[in-house]
Amino acid sequence: MMNNAITYDLIAALPEIFVLCMAMVVLLVSLFLSARTLYVSYILTQVTLLGAAFITVSTHIPAVGYAFNGMFVDDPLSDILKLMIYLGTSMVLVYSRSYIALRGMYRGEFFALVLFAMLGMMIMVSGQHFLTLYMGLELLSLCLYSLVALDRDNPRSTEAAMKYFVLGALASGMLLYGMSMIYGATGALELSQINAALFNGMADRSVLILGLVFVVAGVAFKLGAVPFQMWLPDVYHGAPTAVTLLVGSVPKFAAFAFVIRLLIQGLQVLTVDWQGMLIVMAVLSISIGNITAIAQTNLKRMLAYSTISHIGFLLFGFLSGSMNGYISSMFYISAYVLMTLGGFGMILLLSRKGFEAENLDDFKGLNQRSPWYAFLMLLLMFSMAGVPPTLGFYAKFTVLQAALQAGFVSLVIFAVLMAAVGAFYYLRIVKLMYFDEPQDHAPITPSPDMALVLGINGMAILILGLMPQRLMELCAYAIAHSLQ
Amino acid sequence: MTEIQKIYLLIPLLPLFAAAVVGLFGRKLPRAAAHLITIPAVAAAFGLSAYVLIDVLQGHLFNGTVYTWLISGGTNFEVGFLIDQLSATMMVIVTFVSLMVHIYTIGYMHEDPGYSRFFSYISLFTFSMLMLVMSNNFMQLFFGWEAVGLVSYLLIGFWFTRPTAIYANLKAFLVNRVGDFGFLLGIGMVLYYLGSLDYAAVFSIAPQFADMKVSLIPGSEWSLMTVICILLFIGAMGKSAQVPLHVWLPDSMEGPTPISALIHAATMVTAGIFMVARMSPLFELSTTALSFVLVIGSITALFMAFLGIIQNDIKRVVAYSTLSQLGYMTVALGVSAYSAAIFHLMTHAFFKALLFLAAGSVIMAMHHDQDLRRMGGLRKYLPITYLTSVVGSLALAGIPPFAGFFSKDAIIEAVHASHIPGAGFAYFAVMAGVFVTAFYSFRQLFLAFHGEERFGHNHDDHEGDHDDEEVSADHHHGLAPGQKPHESPWVVTIPLIFLAVPSVFAGLLYIEPMLFGGFFGNAIVVRPEHDVLHHIGSEFHGWLPFALHGLTAAPFWLAIAGIASAWFLYLKRPELPGVIQSKFMTIYRILDNKYGFDSFNERFFAGGARYIGGKLWQVGDVKVIDGFMVNGTARLVGRISAVVRHLQSGLIYHYAFAMIIGAFVLLTFFMKI
Repeated sequence: MMNNAITYDLIAALPEIFVLCMAMVVLLVSLFLSARTLYVSYILTQVTLLGAAFITVSTHIPAVGYAFNGMFVDDPLSDILKLMIYLGTSMVLVYSRSYIALRGMYRGEFFALVLFAMLGMMIMVSGQHFLTLYMGLELLSLCLYSLVALDRDNPRSTEAAMKYFVLGALASGMLLYGMSMIYGATGALELSQINAALFNGMADRSVLILGLVFVVAGVAFKLGAVPFQMWLPDVYHGAPTAVTLLVGSVPKFAAFAFVIRLLIQGLQVLTVDWQGMLIVMAVLSISIGNITAIAQTNLKRMLAYSTISHIGFLLFGFLSGSMNGYISSMFYISAYVLMTLGGFGMILLLSRKGFEAENLDDFKGLNQRSPWYAFLMLLLMFSMAGVPPTLGFYAKFTVLQAALQAGFVSLVIFAVLMAAVGAFYYLRIVKLMYFDEPQDHAPITPSPDMALVLGINGMAILILGLMPQRLMELCAYAIAHSLQ
Repeated sequence: MTEIQKIYLLIPLLPLFAAAVVGLFGRKLPRAAAHLITIPAVAAAFGLSAYVLIDVLQGHLFNGTVYTWLISGGTNFEVGFLIDQLSATMMVIVTFVSLMVHIYTIGYMHEDPGYSRFFSYISLFTFSMLMLVMSNNFMQLFFGWEAVGLVSYLLIGFWFTRPTAIYANLKAFLVNRVGDFGFLLGIGMVLYYLGSLDYAAVFSIAPQFADMKVSLIPGSEWSLMTVICILLFIGAMGKSAQVPLHVWLPDSMEGPTPISALIHAATMVTAGIFMVARMSPLFELSTTALSFVLVIGSITALFMAFLGIIQNDIKRVVAYSTLSQLGYMTVALGVSAYSAAIFHLMTHAFFKALLFLAAGSVIMAMHHDQDLRRMGGLRKYLPITYLTSVVGSLALAGIPPFAGFFSKDAIIEAVHASHIPGAGFAYFAVMAGVFVTAFYSFRQLFLAFHGEERFGHNHDDHEGDHDDEEVSADHHHGLAPGQKPHESPWVVTIPLIFLAVPSVFAGLLYIEPMLFGGFFGNAIVVRPEHDVLHHIGSEFHGWLPFALHGLTAAPFWLAIAGIASAWFLYLKRPELPGVIQSKFMTIYRILDNKYGFDSFNERFFAGGARYIGGKLWQVGDVKVIDGFMVNGTARLVGRISAVVRHLQSGLIYHYAFAMIIGAFVLLTFFMKI
């Protein structure tokens, strides 16, 4: 009996264990590689992702299983989010390979740090206990801090890493403080026990609300919701673009899971309270994100503000407080990650040795240089702006629909108006690409794998927008089988 | 998906695929690829359609959804097929005529720089038209409706360097907008009141609404079904060019001739007829709407025929005859003889496509001179074109045993048997129309093929440019002095022959099953008190007695009289028409001005719209919207943006401060102790 339990624990956490071992293998192997054979680390990392995906799929069951005395959960939600994380990380690596190679960051640490960061995300996704959740978050954050500073001779990167670290520490502190308050009020650290305690109404309300505010603040920091978004533009701008690509994309899956675990599985009884907080943050995020983005001339900064506004839309799904809302949020976050990967992928595509294509002007006349990539960028921008029939339109449509069903009519109208404001800066890029003369005439020569993946990424935006059913069913399956 | 469903799907998708390949890659492929890709696709679509028709006649109907596009507010927006006798018949007609036109185009367009573009368009048209007729819901019907309109627009303006072509396609587009507006309102009312867009669902619950009144304008009550049917019919008026929305069709002759045959004679313009026949369960519920249809149709049938008499452009004669024949079909709809309308639609598709293609062959022989006054005596140079033209003209004039006789006579009998309001006027109109039709169609035949040869001289304005044979240039080329016309190549004559065969036999073979044999099954619904065809059917004893009886009836003698008058005026005494014209100048002027529809539209609608538009632009747009709202909003957002970006100071203690303030604000907001 005991043996069985331990075996189950290990099987449930097998993907994490595998990734952990492989991260160390990559770290060790890289020590013995010369600059010319370093591609071995890259391939090993990709193999790791493939293996982890294989393990996750083969241990998948459409039911919830707890492991390690309820600290860890293996449910469809975690499995599907993990698969999305592997896929996203793999795309990050494909897009960033030549970029980091040209900038002297093509080292073993990069791959090991990416794998450890991913391990952190996986633990966050599967965490069922305040401590596991916090541990995953810290593992992720520490790896990201050092990745941002990876180009350590670049003052902009180090400054960004410093800001990220200090503010991240502050946010972690807030989160931990909030967790301790909730522990004090309920006497439990495990989410289901917290939920049960709250349900019985034993806990002191004011202590709970105090804790809740700090937990929400910590979560909002990870997501990048206003007023906890300040780090985001500086880090996006300062970090090497390959790292920005990572910071901006996959960890949002983990942050999404974080919200689901903490607010919905743990603190469901307090829905009315966190709903109010999310409304405030959603409205602020959408307006500040969209309005500030207009004044940006740097594409990375612009995408940072665009992220803030997307997070606002994501919160709309959560704050509707319904199963439908959570499903649409999951759909939104998947769409968001796909769009962000493509967007930063385009910046990486146009960058070359000694040149960062991160200003809006660098996209001028792209259509004359390469109609195909201009078309992909057009799809990405349309999708971010929410123009049908792209994926972004459907994503916005579903979250707003969920909010509408929950009765937030005026909020939805506000969000739609703000989306119209946001359309301006996305369409400005389209205008630059198609109607302006190019300033830069360098040929665009991506590696074949990058060209292929970027092409698929761009077309997926269109195809999933036309046929969103499958992705929607996947999200619905994950949510419906994991939240009771 | 069963085998037969795959076939249903293949029929529209093959032409679409061909259109996409030729349209996207046509410029990179060799020239011949354009027809080598599209023709097999359309031929296969025709073969499969024929197979489907046979299958349907054995009782295998189908009504189902292929793809659900979206579900909004409980309404499904779907792509679905309704395959019954009506749609299968239309599919065969559409694909057959389309195939003939595809083949013909090889010869007609062979020097045109837009060769592959043209093939792509006509294949796309075939797809759109098939989607229209195969649809099982209003949504897809509207999609097909707009798609054929789009292709028609593109093809009228195919030679886009000609200002007249651009004017014509703009006109077609705008006039169709008017019709489509009514159509869309009709569909909207169906959805709003009957709660579905699916044909089967709408038709099954429609009878419950037969007596329902709605007050669209407060204080006046309207029968719901009448309003819906008239709105839908307004759509049909635009597409099928019924008075007063007919003005675009004559101008659409600016397009290449194969298009005039395919789109503006045989198929697209009959979409309105098909639609009303398809909606027969709705139209049957409103006698008022049927009367409206009947009156509009009879006005079109007669008055447009008059205009055919005075045209000198060979294509315009055929165009006005198309208008008039569409009027006949509408009349048939109005007296609830839906199957007679479809029957006439079918025979008309064959003989009118034939006449247009024959006219195109003449135009080619004349080196793109379309003026009848510069033709004459072409009979001996173009024997095949001549013979097939004779067949087409006899069919159009309604001489037994040609196809047109049966379908037209059935309509006239049906009108005679009907008693709904307006039937008396309609009977007069269709009878008079027979004379006029015979007159103008033989006038055209005699002017083009008989009499003295008038080509090759009086060409001082075009001396020496006969070597410039590019179709896209000015279309009044003409033959050089002494040059003789010659017969068109086989790719042109073969379709003529293939179309001549059904122009002769389609009538006598199909009159019995289509009109009286219950061919259409439940696809067409007629209420017993409207069932005029049943009345005629009781006296019907096979096609031969019907034709023999026709020889003694008034329409036949009217047609003979028309032919005789044309012979007398244009062959026997060719100086007479000029005399008549000067004697009856007023009437000639009215006809020449096409009853003033065009100038009225241009002055009142175009001028009025421009005036109102100008005012709205100056006051509404420039001042209120641009000045205050658009630029005002942009300025406001820009200012806010400039302020807000300063919040991002870059200083870490500001950031930390913002976070802590944020947490405090949340705390004070939500801590209610």
